[in-house]
Amino acid sequence: MIMAENTIFDIKNISRSEFETQFYKRNPPGSSGVLKTKTVAIAGAGGLGSNVAVALVRAGVYNLIIADFDRIELSNLNRQQFCYEQTGRLKVAALKENLLKNTAAIFAEADLLVEAFDRAEMKAMLIEAWCKAYPQKFIVAASGLAGTGRCGLIKTSAYGRLIICGDQQSEASEANGLIAPRVAMVAAMQANCAVEILLTGGVKV
Amino acid sequence: MISVNEQPLAWRENLSVSELLKICKYSFPLIIVKINGEIVAKSEYEKFMVPDGANVSVIHLMSGG
Repeated sequence: MIMAENTIFDIKNISRSEFETQFYKRNPPGSSGVLKTKTVAIAGAGGLGSNVAVALVRAGVYNLIIADFDRIELSNLNRQQFCYEQTGRLKVAALKENLLKNTAAIFAEADLLVEAFDRAEMKAMLIEAWCKAYPQKFIVAASGLAGTGRCGLIKTSAYGRLIICGDQQSEASEANGLIAPRVAMVAAMQANCAVEILLTGGVKV
Repeated sequence: MISVNEQPLAWRENLSVSELLKICKYSFPLIIVKINGEIVAKSEYEKFMVPDGANVSVIHLMSGG
């Protein structure tokens, strides 16, 4: 982001503060001043995580900690925020499954955690580890986003500081694939919850 | 009485989380259980006793991301 911003400054010849003023002009008043001081951790950089990250940066969250162990494949490009030229590259530095056991250390500085993994086993491990380590901090997780249609089933549920976005019933499988609109809907709901928590300290469902 | 996902359920003594999940037919392998706001780790399902009046949330985790 920093490099891209610098390039824009050079081309447009505007100051950083003017850039920020224009960039966040249409955001809710006062929000960017708060969000730029916060840190959000995102576990996973796939269909959910990459979309959550883009939405949070556009919302004005400057500090993100993103963890993922995968490389970009062609089959990711139908729903993830990567382009063809990037296939084969690591989504972020390799962390693998032992990351989950060390969740506390890796995401310690974050104000909240966005769970954006693919496999349900990993989601369960991460939620359990985070809630045990940081009962006072929020985690915004996703469950149930495979397939098409059924917009009305997708919801946000709050269980204390554990927030779940999704329909809690659509499992990804060979028969029930992952496709951009529904994945992006849930990612946007997660980003929306994250912004609400950072600005107000909670979620109204 | 206890509440499981906002449905009332009769309470009895020595009701473990494992038994509760059986009674409610929650056989799905990937779930998160919260009792009165606290997460119960999978390793504690056998020995963790559900108190009377408990507010239990059973959250199903589906793959996909």
